[in-house]
Amino acid sequence: MGLYLFRLPDVGEGVAEAEIVAWLVKVGDVVEEDQNIAEVMTDKATVEISSPVGGTVTAIHGEVGGMLPVGAVLVEFESFEGSDAVAASAPSAPAAPAPVEVAVKPEPVAQASAPPPSAPAKAATMPAPASRSTSGRSTGEAPLAAPSTRRRALDLGVSLIQVPGSGPAGRITPDDLDVFLAQDGKAPTGGTSRVARTGVNDTRIIGLRRKIAEKMQEAKRRIPHINYVEECDLTELEALRLDLNEHRIADQPKLTLLPFIMRAMAKALPDFPQVNALYDDDNGVLHAHEGVHIGIATQTPNGLIVPVVRHVEALDVWDCAREVSRLAKAVRDGTAGRDELSGSTITLTSMGPLGGIVSTPVINHPEVAILNPNKLVSRPVIDGSFITVRKTMNLSSAFDHRIVDGYDAALFVQRVKRLLEHPALIFMD
Amino acid sequence: MTETLRPKVLVVGGGPGGYVAAIRAGQLGLDTVLVESGRLGGTCLTRGCIPSKALIHAAGLYEEAVLASSGSGRFGIHLNQAPELRFDETLGWKDGIVDRLSGGVGGLLRKAKVRTVTGWANFSDAKTCTVETADGVVTIRPEHVILATGSTAVELPFLPFDDRVISSTEALSLPEVPATLAVVGGGYIGLELGIAYAKLGSRVTIVEAQDRILPLYDAALTMPVLRWLEKHGVTVHLGARALGQDAEGLLIETAGGQSRLTIPADRILVTVGRKPLTEGWGLDQMALAMDGRFVKIDDRCATSTTHVWAIGDLVGEPMLAHKASAQGEMVAEIIAGHRRRFDPVAIAAVCFTEPEIVSVGLTPDQAPEGIDTLVGQFPFQANGRALSMQAGDDGGFVRVLARKSDHRILGIQAVGRHCSEFAGEFATLLEMGAVLEDVAGTIHVHPTLGEAIHESALKALGHAIHI
Ligand SMILES: Cc1cc2nc3c(=O)[nH]c(=O)nc-3n(C[C@H](O)[C@H](O)[C@H](O)COP(=O)(O)OP(=O)(O)OC[C@H]3O[C@@H](n4cnc5c(N)ncnc54)[C@H](O)[C@@H]3O)c2cc1C
Repeated sequence: MGLYLFRLPDVGEGVAEAEIVAWLVKVGDVVEEDQNIAEVMTDKATVEISSPVGGTVTAIHGEVGGMLPVGAVLVEFESFEGSDAVAASAPSAPAAPAPVEVAVKPEPVAQASAPPPSAPAKAATMPAPASRSTSGRSTGEAPLAAPSTRRRALDLGVSLIQVPGSGPAGRITPDDLDVFLAQDGKAPTGGTSRVARTGVNDTRIIGLRRKIAEKMQEAKRRIPHINYVEECDLTELEALRLDLNEHRIADQPKLTLLPFIMRAMAKALPDFPQVNALYDDDNGVLHAHEGVHIGIATQTPNGLIVPVVRHVEALDVWDCAREVSRLAKAVRDGTAGRDELSGSTITLTSMGPLGGIVSTPVINHPEVAILNPNKLVSRPVIDGSFITVRKTMNLSSAFDHRIVDGYDAALFVQRVKRLLEHPALIFMD
Repeated sequence: MTETLRPKVLVVGGGPGGYVAAIRAGQLGLDTVLVESGRLGGTCLTRGCIPSKALIHAAGLYEEAVLASSGSGRFGIHLNQAPELRFDETLGWKDGIVDRLSGGVGGLLRKAKVRTVTGWANFSDAKTCTVETADGVVTIRPEHVILATGSTAVELPFLPFDDRVISSTEALSLPEVPATLAVVGGGYIGLELGIAYAKLGSRVTIVEAQDRILPLYDAALTMPVLRWLEKHGVTVHLGARALGQDAEGLLIETAGGQSRLTIPADRILVTVGRKPLTEGWGLDQMALAMDGRFVKIDDRCATSTTHVWAIGDLVGEPMLAHKASAQGEMVAEIIAGHRRRFDPVAIAAVCFTEPEIVSVGLTPDQAPEGIDTLVGQFPFQANGRALSMQAGDDGGFVRVLARKSDHRILGIQAVGRHCSEFAGEFATLLEMGAVLEDVAGTIHVHPTLGEAIHESALKALGHAIHI
């Protein structure tokens, strides 16, 4: 049994330090080889760190939200490896039911040939009811709950000791557990009707959320945004899209609106080189790119991530659709690589069916433009002296006003609108 | 032929612990290999629970027939002739049941896609196991090991097993019913078998070192059994010590060393306990921490060596088949990634004596200090179903123990004919955290023995109906 110092490994991408996002073990825990012990965050990805050895955790270094350089000691273990004296059971883990102590006489005859009347009931450990805890149980007494409830609590990582039981003899009912969970693991205050809530829940903004926060603040602080919204009639495009989907062949993906918008952008951008660009404001240089690399803002369970579809000018709608869905899956699974998460020259953000009427997107610094299509809806439209129903969509946008004048911004959006309203243009060379 | 297998899970031992673990692991899609040197089913199926209960059943039937052929008959049934016992046929019938069940286990394992290797497992380190099979050596290098090697009978140094001195295993396959049988050890195995042979016609003597039979139960519970033994001419020496054997039989010293005497015995059945099977398969190569004579485990049945798990009789009391199975099922699920913990409130124990005893949770004399309790006891004498099968006058009863402050049931026991069948209800009550009112509020079928459970709760609440 030896002391094992586990140092923060190079988590890839050549990073020098990582932020600790979560601890998955605590001092005293017994971990197995390959068990995950911490989550750390590098530039863009959250990485789980697993233990190279089995052992008992004797110290952990660093707090959640703190930064740790690669090579610094992360965890200290008392490791089992190469040891024979293995006192392994976790001090924190409740002991297995102790065998019943039988008072055996010294005679060799007739010891435990009978089974014990039963495993020691947990009730046997009850102290006198004098010392009642808040939950109505004597301290130290095992909580009373049906096996199904105990199992569910274990699955959810809830210690039933904290859960007040409303059933007879303080039994924890399934409802009690639900109430406890709904209150974020706090015991109910007791009243049944409306009660003023005074709690404030503090959450440290760490990990991906902190990254997003910093980026957004940077973008808004540095870039004077100008917003522009235009309504586009997508009736024709929708007809085309539905037809393409209906007649697609086996290996063609289902098309959403996004691939068409991406293609329209790629088609329009060569005439607006200052829109497909990165502005290095420290050095006063605008890098206008010929290649169109569209960042697709994607919602993941952890927050907003922007994977990049490269060289959209060289892709057709099917390729665009394939790339978008491949990247969306990669970021949701956390498998997207660094080059798939950087290098965009313009960003497209869509809230899908939630899309709203108008939005004011924040530019993905150091880019200079972002487009945000809103929701496609059927609206009454005046056509001569008739009112007809058309499928329309608002296209919201934001531009860096230092680089793009309002007039040019409007021209660019009008060009995109024309391409979307007459979709044949998207496909004409 | 030599073969190397690299399964996800290796289970050693095909008893109720091991085979259940293997089936569950297979069901969960884990690549699983089971090694068993003998027959599938382990102690429980081949030389424990099942064959002993078969023998007990046959003995009971034979006794009924003997009574029916005696002068007074039985329930008005008279046999004109004494029944004839062909013991070899009885054993053949018993073996048929064992064959069927063991074959059934094999079928279940196959259905769960578990590969069974027949032979003795030997570990050279925690993850390397070799088995010499009839077709050659099989080496197994699994990711996880589940140890379920079970237990064996304890031998007394001054009464080594031989032709006459036997363990329970031999007692289940004797060539004939011994005319005289001495049983050393008055625990459940000795009493179950002793009573069965008494019914089959042996003159049985029981020698127990402590001052009562079934020393782990309280006196009230065992009283009906003691009464049955007395009534049926089974001599019981309490506080007595076995010393050895001589030509006539078993030599003993009676209580307090008062006298020595020899008990006539064609066979001497030694049932002084069972010990975990920790030798002969390389346990010392696996760096496992021990807990006395048992392998030490935590509440997930994890041993001190990573990915090595241990279950059943190997890991401690209670050494019972249902505990082994519950642990086996749990470990398979843990390996498959489920979150499980072994946390039963209580494990029921049953004695298939005459009459039967079942106990779950605490008995009244085990109630913790300083806690006021209520006890409700209801005799089968007042239960219609018991009377209708002549099970009312052996002193049997149901007894419930509850905490006075909130009526939570802490333990429940019964002694009486067929009351082993109560084990499930009793265990459910404790696991669900039932209070007396829960039992009182559950309608129990009439006429059944189970009505006595209902009445015992009513009694504890102060208003039994039928007493
Ligand atoms: C007479 C008698 C009556 C009993 N009655 C009851 C009862 O009524 N109720 C009850 O709950 N319990 C009863 N028991 C106890 C019950 O049989 C045990 O608790 C139960 O069988 C334990 O299961 P297990 O899986 O741990 O081990 P076992 O059933 O002992 O199985 C272990 C198996 O592993 C095999 N094995 C061991 N080492 C190796 C190796 N190295 N390689 C290959 N194979 C190996 C053995 O051959 C054996 O088949 C009784 C026992 C006896 C003896």
